[in-house]
Amino acid sequence: MAKRVAQRVEPMATDTTKDYTVVIGLEVHVQLLTKTKVFCGCVNLFNPENPNVQTCPVCLGMPGVLPVMNREAFRLALKTALALNCRIARFTKWDRKQYYYPDLPKNYQISQYDLPFSHDGWLEVASDEEFSEKRRIGIIRVHLEEDAGKNLHDETGRGTDSRVDLNRAGTPLLEIVSKPDIRSPAEARRYLEELKLLLTYLGVSDCNMQEGSLRCDANINLHLQEGDETIATPIVEVKNLNSFRAVELALQYEVGRQLDEFRSTGHRLGDVPKQTRGWDEKREITFGQRGKEEASDYRYFPDPDLVPVTVSDKLLEEIRGELCELPAARRERFRQQYGLSQYDASVIIDQGRRFADYFERVAQECEDGKQAANWVTQDVLREMNQRKVDIDKFPISADDLAFLLKKISARELTTKSARDVFAELLAGADSGTPPSAGRIDQIINERGLALVSDAGQLEGVITAVIARNEKAANDFRNGKQAAIGRLIGEVMREVKGADPKLVRQMLIEKIVGSEEA
Amino acid sequence: MEITQATAAELLRAMEQNELSCVEVTQAFLDAIQTRDVAVQAFLHVDPERALQQAEAVDQKRRNGQSLGRLGGLPVAVKDVLCTQGQPTTCASRMLQNFVPPYDAHVIERLKAEDAVLLGKTNMDEFAMGSSTENSAFQKTRNPWNLEHAPGGSSGGSAAAVAAGMAPIAVGSDTGGSIRQPASFCGVVGMKPTYGRVSRYGLVAYASSLDQIGPFANDVHGAALLMEVLAGYDSRDSTCADRPVPRYTERLDQPLDGLRIGIVEEHFTEGLDAEVESAVQDALKIYESLGARIEKVRLPHSRYAVATYYLIAPSEASSNLARYDGVHYGFRAQQFSNMVDMYSTTRGEGFGAEVKRRIMLGTYALSAGYYDAYYLKALKVLRLIRRDFDEAFAKVDVIAGPVSPTPAFRIGELVDDPLAMYLSDIYTISANLAGIPGISIPAGLSREGLPIGLQLMAPPFEEERLLRAARMFERETDWHRRRPKLMLTPQAGE
Repeated sequence: MAKRVAQRVEPMATDTTKDYTVVIGLEVHVQLLTKTKVFCGCVNLFNPENPNVQTCPVCLGMPGVLPVMNREAFRLALKTALALNCRIARFTKWDRKQYYYPDLPKNYQISQYDLPFSHDGWLEVASDEEFSEKRRIGIIRVHLEEDAGKNLHDETGRGTDSRVDLNRAGTPLLEIVSKPDIRSPAEARRYLEELKLLLTYLGVSDCNMQEGSLRCDANINLHLQEGDETIATPIVEVKNLNSFRAVELALQYEVGRQLDEFRSTGHRLGDVPKQTRGWDEKREITFGQRGKEEASDYRYFPDPDLVPVTVSDKLLEEIRGELCELPAARRERFRQQYGLSQYDASVIIDQGRRFADYFERVAQECEDGKQAANWVTQDVLREMNQRKVDIDKFPISADDLAFLLKKISARELTTKSARDVFAELLAGADSGTPPSAGRIDQIINERGLALVSDAGQLEGVITAVIARNEKAANDFRNGKQAAIGRLIGEVMREVKGADPKLVRQMLIEKIVGSEEA
Repeated sequence: MEITQATAAELLRAMEQNELSCVEVTQAFLDAIQTRDVAVQAFLHVDPERALQQAEAVDQKRRNGQSLGRLGGLPVAVKDVLCTQGQPTTCASRMLQNFVPPYDAHVIERLKAEDAVLLGKTNMDEFAMGSSTENSAFQKTRNPWNLEHAPGGSSGGSAAAVAAGMAPIAVGSDTGGSIRQPASFCGVVGMKPTYGRVSRYGLVAYASSLDQIGPFANDVHGAALLMEVLAGYDSRDSTCADRPVPRYTERLDQPLDGLRIGIVEEHFTEGLDAEVESAVQDALKIYESLGARIEKVRLPHSRYAVATYYLIAPSEASSNLARYDGVHYGFRAQQFSNMVDMYSTTRGEGFGAEVKRRIMLGTYALSAGYYDAYYLKALKVLRLIRRDFDEAFAKVDVIAGPVSPTPAFRIGELVDDPLAMYLSDIYTISANLAGIPGISIPAGLSREGLPIGLQLMAPPFEEERLLRAARMFERETDWHRRRPKLMLTPQAGE
C-alpha cells in the first residue's frame, strides 16, 4: 500500500475528518512515427488540411482488401515496451474489436485483446517536484493497434452533415495502460511527462497532444479510510484531456467531486455503473457523458486476415541493441559523471534528448560539468524561452559555448565578462552575425575584456602605483584593510582586463614584502 | 471445331496455330452468352466491348510475334465476388449493386498478365452464402442440364457458364464447397486449392479463414492450367504461402504409381443418394483397375464439420460484413432518422435473408458469454478435424468420395429448409476446415440426366497429386465430354 496523500483540493468542500488515498490509472495512446500506416502502405502524416488524401482501398476498408502488418511499427512498439521494462510475449496475435462508428471504415478496429505483445513493465517517476525520491508506476500492458479516422461535425449549429476524414485511419497506435499505482493528480502529470520524455528520447513518437499523437484517458477513484474500513468510491473515467495540465486539473477536480459525491450519496464502487466524464477546459470542471459502457460488447475475436507474430531472441537482441541511453539512466549518469545536483540533472534531461546532448557536448568540451550545467539551465534555457526556440534553433552552438566557458576556467575571462560576451553573441546573431569562436575572441578584444594574468606585465605597474601611493600602502601595513581597494582600482585602471584576484595578491605581497626588507 | 464445346487446350492450340483468332473465339463465347444466358442466367455483367478489345490486343501480339501469357487469349468468366477495377463487383447483393472497385483483385491481375480475356462477372449466392445461387439478389441461375434445377452454389454462375459453353474456364471461390458442389451439379471440373495457395487479395471476404479462390474448366487440364495462373505468392495477403507453384499441366498425364485411395466410412451412410453412391463406387473400380489400392480411413470428427463450419464461417462473416453500413460506399437507405437508424435501415434493406441469418448467427456466437462455448469450441473441433486428415493421409495419398449427397436439386426445393440446404455441403466442408485441396470431377449422370461428381482430396499443397489423380480417372471415362442438350441447339448466327 502506498503512502497516503492527505491531499486537500479546492474548490469543493471536503470532510476533513476523513483520510483518503487517491487511486489513478492512466491509459495513454501514442501514435508511432513510422513512414507508413500500420496495415497498408499509405504515408503516416498529420495532415488535417487535406482530408482523405492519405488513403488507399485497405485503410478505406473497401470490399476484398487485406491488412499486412508494418514490421517497422512492430519494431518501434517492441522498442517502447523494452524501454518500459515490459515482458515481451514471444507469441502475439491480432484481434478485431467490433463497434460501429463512421470513422472506423471496417466497423472493427484491428487491435490486441488477450495476448498483447508486451505486459508487466514499469516507469520510474519522481515522487515530488524536487526529485528527492523515485516511485515505480506499474505498466499493465502495451499493445499495438490501428487508429481510427476523424469525424468532423458541424459546429455552427446549423445541423449540416458531418464529414469523415480517414487520413488518420490506420496510423499505428500504441496503447500503454498503467496500473492504478498513481497517487496524486500531480504524479499523474509527472508520469505523463516522464513517459513523453522516454518516447521522444526513443524517437518512437513526437507525443504532440495538440495534434493528437499522444492522448490520455484517466481512471480515478478514492480509497476512504473510515476507522478500520477502507471504502472505495466508484471509478470514473475522464476523457477529453488535451494537455498534461488538463489531466492534473481534471483529476484534482475529480478528487473533490468524488468526496462530495460520496458524502451526499454514499455510493461505493460497484453500486453504480462505471461513469465516463468529460473535461470542460473553459469551466474547469468534469461533466457526465452518456455512458456507452453498459451496452458495449466488442465481440473480440482473432483477426483471420493476419497471422500471429512470433518474436525471436534475435529480434529482441537487435532491438535491445538499438535502444539509446534512456532518460532515467542518463539523469543518473549526469549526476555522477558531471557532479550535478539531482535537480540540475533533471532540468537538463527533462528538456529532451537534444538539449541533454547539447549540455553534454558543452560539458565535455569545457571540461567543467557544473559550469556547463549552470550556463545551460540558466542562461541558455532563459534565452530559449524568451526566443521561443528549441535547442536545435538556439544560435550559439555547444562548441562555441564551450569555447567561451573554457576561458572562464582558464581565468582568461571573468564570469561577468563571459555573460556580456554571451549577450553580445546573441545580439549579433539577431542582426545577422553568426556566433563563432572567432567572433567570441573579437568581442573580447574589442571590449578589452581579456583578463591580464601576466605577472611580469603587472609587476612594473604595481611597483609604480605603490610608489605613488606611499600613504595608502602604509595604511594597509598598519591594518587598514580597506586601503588596498584604492590601490587595486588604480592598477586596474592602468591595465585593462587585469585579473583583480591576481592584482590583489601581488599588491599584498609587494607591500608586506617591502616592509620585511 | 465447335468453339464453345472445346477444351481450353484445344482452343489454345487452335489460336497458337492460327486456325482461330482470339477475336473469333471471344466472339463465339459472347454469342453463346447472348443466346444461352437468357435461359441460364449465369452472368450478372458482360462486357463484350472490353472483351473484344482484349482479344484484339492478343491477336495483335500474336501477329507481332510477341510472346503471350499462359492463357494466351482464353476467355474466362469470373465470379462476381472478385474485385475488378472499373467494372461492377456486386457479390450478387443489393448492398453492392452500384459498387465499382478502384482496384483489381490479385487473381484478376494474374489473369490479365497471362493474357486471359475477361468475359464478365457471374452470378452467385449473395456474398457467397448459399449452395444453390438462389440467394442472389438479382437473378436465379439455372442448371444447364435441366433448367428446373439449381446449378449449386455459391459459385453457381461460374459453374453454369462453363457447363453451358459460355466460357471454357471460370474462376470461383470455395468456403464450404462453393466450387466443388456446383461443379458436381453442373458436370464440370472444379477445384478448391489449399488454403494459402491463392492470394485472397480482392476476394470479397465471407469467412476469411476458409475462403479460397479456385478454377472451373470442362476438363482437368483446363483446371490445371488456370491453377498455374491463379496460384502463387502475394505479399498483400498475409495468409498466402510463399512457395513455388508447380507446372501442374506438365506432368498431368503421368499416372500416379501405386496410388493409395482412402475412402471414408462416414461418407457412405444415411442421406447419401443411391445413384451418387453407385457413381462413386464405379469410379473406385476404375481406379482399382488402374492399379490403385482402396483403403478405408476414418475421419471420426467429420460428423461435427457442418456444425463447426456454421459457427466459424458466420462468426467471421458477421465481422467481415460489418463494413457495409451505407457510410463510405455501396447502398444507403433513403429514409432514416439518425446515424444508428441509418445503419440498421441500410443493412436491413441491403442484405438478403440468408446473409442476415448468418450475420445474426455469427454475432451471437461471438457475444460476451457465448464466445467460449461456441467460437472457441468450434476452433478446438476444427483442430481435431485437421488431425483426422493428418492421420488419414499418413496412410493414403488421396481421399475419394461423393461431392454432395444428391445430384442437383430443384430450384426452390430447399429454400425454406436452410438446414437441408446446409447439409448439401456435408462432404465438402471438411476440406475447408482442414485447409486441404479438393477437386470435383464429372463421374456420372443420374437417370434424370443430371451430373454426378466425384470428390478427391489431398494433403496441403498437393494440388499436383490431386490433379494427376483426377486426370487418371478422366482418361478412362468420357463423362467430361458430355454436354447438356442446351448446347446442342444451334446458336444464332451459326
